[in-house]
Amino acid sequence: MNMIMESTSPNQPVPLNMEGLDTPPLTLSQLAWRRFRRHRMAIFGAIVLTLLIIYALAGSLVYPESYANHTDTSLRLLAPSMEHPFGTDSVGRDILARTIYGGQISLLIGITAVIIETLAGILIGALAGYYGGWIDSLLMRITEAMLNIPEIFLLIVMAKFFGGNIPEIEFIGRTFSGSVIVIVVIIGLTSWMYLARIVRAQFLSLKENEFVLAAHATGTSNAQIIFLHILPNSIAPIVVSATLGVANAILAEAYISFLGLGVQPPTATWGNMLDGANNYLESAPWLWFFPGLLILLTVLSINFLGDGMRDALDPRSRAV
Amino acid sequence: MAMTKPVLLEVSDLRTRFHTPEGTVFAVNGISFHVDEGETVAVVGESGCGKSVSMISLLKLIPTPPGDVYAGTVIYRGSDLLQKSEQEMEDIRGKEIAMIFQDPMTSLNPVLTVGRQISESLRVHLGHSHELAESRTVELLELVGIPDAARRVYDYPHQFSGGMRQRVMIAMALSCAPSLLIADEPTTALDVTIQAQIVELVARLRESLHMAVIWITHDLGVVAGMADRVIVMYAGFIVEEASVEDLYDSPSHPYTMALLGALPRVDRRRDQRLKSIPGSPPNLLVEPRGCPFAPRCDFVIEKCRQENPSLIQIGNSHSTACWVDVKTGAPR
Amino acid sequence: MGRYIVMRFLQGIPLLLFISVILFTLMMNVGDPVATMGGRRAVRQTEYQRLRRQLGLDKPVYMQYLYWLVGNDWTQVDRDGDGIAETAGTRRGVLRGDFGVSLLNGKPVLEVIGERLPNTLMLMVASEVIIILGALLVGIYSALRQYSVIDNLLTGIMFIGYSMPIFFVALFSMYIFAVLFKRWGLPYLPTVGMFDPQVGKTTAQILWHMVLPVLSISLISFAAYSRYIRSTMLEVMGQDYIRTARAKGLPRREVVFIHALKNASLPIVTVVGLDLPLLLGGAVVTERIFAWPGMGRLFLDHVDRADMPVVMGILLLIAVAVILFQIITDIVYAWLDPRIRYDK
Repeated sequence: MNMIMESTSPNQPVPLNMEGLDTPPLTLSQLAWRRFRRHRMAIFGAIVLTLLIIYALAGSLVYPESYANHTDTSLRLLAPSMEHPFGTDSVGRDILARTIYGGQISLLIGITAVIIETLAGILIGALAGYYGGWIDSLLMRITEAMLNIPEIFLLIVMAKFFGGNIPEIEFIGRTFSGSVIVIVVIIGLTSWMYLARIVRAQFLSLKENEFVLAAHATGTSNAQIIFLHILPNSIAPIVVSATLGVANAILAEAYISFLGLGVQPPTATWGNMLDGANNYLESAPWLWFFPGLLILLTVLSINFLGDGMRDALDPRSRAV
Repeated sequence: MAMTKPVLLEVSDLRTRFHTPEGTVFAVNGISFHVDEGETVAVVGESGCGKSVSMISLLKLIPTPPGDVYAGTVIYRGSDLLQKSEQEMEDIRGKEIAMIFQDPMTSLNPVLTVGRQISESLRVHLGHSHELAESRTVELLELVGIPDAARRVYDYPHQFSGGMRQRVMIAMALSCAPSLLIADEPTTALDVTIQAQIVELVARLRESLHMAVIWITHDLGVVAGMADRVIVMYAGFIVEEASVEDLYDSPSHPYTMALLGALPRVDRRRDQRLKSIPGSPPNLLVEPRGCPFAPRCDFVIEKCRQENPSLIQIGNSHSTACWVDVKTGAPR
Repeated sequence: MGRYIVMRFLQGIPLLLFISVILFTLMMNVGDPVATMGGRRAVRQTEYQRLRRQLGLDKPVYMQYLYWLVGNDWTQVDRDGDGIAETAGTRRGVLRGDFGVSLLNGKPVLEVIGERLPNTLMLMVASEVIIILGALLVGIYSALRQYSVIDNLLTGIMFIGYSMPIFFVALFSMYIFAVLFKRWGLPYLPTVGMFDPQVGKTTAQILWHMVLPVLSISLISFAAYSRYIRSTMLEVMGQDYIRTARAKGLPRREVVFIHALKNASLPIVTVVGLDLPLLLGGAVVTERIFAWPGMGRLFLDHVDRADMPVVMGILLLIAVAVILFQIITDIVYAWLDPRIRYDK
């Protein structure tokens, strides 16, 4: 006995007022951008992150790499001064310069590790969610197994697994230890599980939708359905996960380098600059303070950014 | 018809708005009405017209960071509820004025037993001991028609069917014998046959408890059976107010007429199309100018777009907010 | 529900086996335990081969795994390393509770781990208690005072808190509470080991030494959980049944701590239960920094020397703990949520 009240569908944009002044309706991405803009912390995070990236990249215009690696034991453990704004380390290298080049590596590792883990996570999650059945069971068993071991332990074991002599690499005008590649690979290999679960959940729910049915009916191949139809609809959680994943990767690299198992010297990363720093806790706090602070700022700004993105793209999800 | 009953609730110029990131939503724009003791008033209107928000505003249950009851008075038994402190309101809610909501599944706490959710009102408001509250709870469940009440007191909401849950909500609301029950679309989420049962239950109970009822609905059919008076709302305004008979016999606002016209009726010819109201409800982000119904109105004149009509009395306890006399089509 | 529990346990076993296979394979290339055995002297070639045979390291991977899993007391082993298997093996295998002996010091793996495990547990338990209590306090308070200045401030601080790398927290707190406090003449906290060897292993000493490590481990999780609890509470407080509770005129205390919290506790229990074993990860770095004699340090030391039995033992125990906690969390959740407990 309900009356028919509205003759327009609820999804149509509603004109702003009766006088006929219309604001154009907002698309989904415009709406997301608006929400994002309002999130002051996210903007702050984006700005700080940009500044940090500029610091790492542009800094190499100010200090050549050779300077960053130049040891001079007569200058060891100097406190911050005009000449060495961040002080010098135990073999006399300028810490500021090392944080610049170290930052390049740390950020590079963060981004490339995330690329690997995102690709792996999407692939595994999509296959598991789309095909179901024994493929799903198998993939989920592997995922669960890997999730049951805390990341640090996996990282340590894998780092030792790939240990041994690794050649140096040349890339964009810099030479650095091949252990960087190793670290990227192992971080990628130990972090894909979270995204895989999310993607799988998305696929499980989306594959029942009508547009998938329609695609099947018109003879679209499975691969096309996965990559051209379902995946674009799951972009939001993937983007958020990838963003936050960079923070996680940078932290993971820092932890493992701190333990001495990560990137090998003389290539600097923010993490391995802290190795052995607690020996000089009292005498030279600048050894660990500046790299640690940079890591903190990077991770913090990424977290702000990711939080804002999550709110903008999917306000229903719960933020930690 | 009846001797004048004392006024229980008198609402004057109530206004509620919500501050949202997209702007301020003017949900309730100055409504005034009264409810007498023992009377049943139906509040009718489509989704988003402000009927729920206004009643929730009465009890000061609007979440206050985005929400804001910024004008008006709500005189209950002589004192203004809007001026009361939260502590004082806690004494009134559940005890003097009770409320039941639309969806009984989400409105009941899933992790507490049904018995506990009923007995806590008794303990808090009436100071019952544990044992007294428990036995009274069983009585209440029987009163609303839950079979095997003594055992079901220990059950959880998910173990009841939809209609049963609504009965539980009713038991909860009536536990302290309130003078006023506000029912916010209690039957909308229910099956048609269950709807009738719930309506009948409330009708029966209000008699025995001598309780006034404000029944919010968008379904005019429910209204006809049990209300004394009807208030019709649109876009946060009251557009018509009348006794049930007057409303059905001589609706005086174009919106009311459209609503009645849109009702599927058994006595109409089958090939007649159902009349729907063209257009869509106004965007509440803008403080309205002119009559909010003007864009969709069949009787609209130029004055309607300029000035918002206020309620004019046109009969014995029948008022309407319209510049046009719908019987003649001429301006009033 | 008993059946449910049993099923979960049964499901855990193949998972553990699978995990052990992965780990074992990884461990195979972690280093050469024999190479490090000679201490500073390099191991002579003949010695090297003999040791390898004695330790069974010359066998193929799957055979080593088999022996590790089910022991070798049903077959012959090469006791003297001459290439011929002549003695009956003595290992019973992990399935029968024998984790083997450490390649470094010959002590049974379980004994080696057992020496250090309680120390780590001390840190874990203390940290977890602080995390839960602290996060509940801050989370609920923030949720109730949403949008207030304090809420925004706390949110900002918590963000910083869980963006910090753990060693930064450790080093920073060490610098302030040990170095600076000492410099300023204030009572300062110790930073090395579990107790001062001159004073002895007293409870007071241990507690005093525990402060900084526990602080380091808990800070990050405390920050993360308080945000999580805050958003959970906010979500719960926005639910219809809270509106009903308020409409009944219940006092605020009851609405928040009974109606809301009981519902919020469900996701909170899940997160806490599943995260508990991950604190172990934080312990690894912390124990290294504070020279705390726990399992994390043990792991690092023995991985460094490629002591496979001990490392596998630790990893497996961790995996067991993780799975166990998952099961316990599921059970607690099912017990707390009447919708699951009384499922018709």
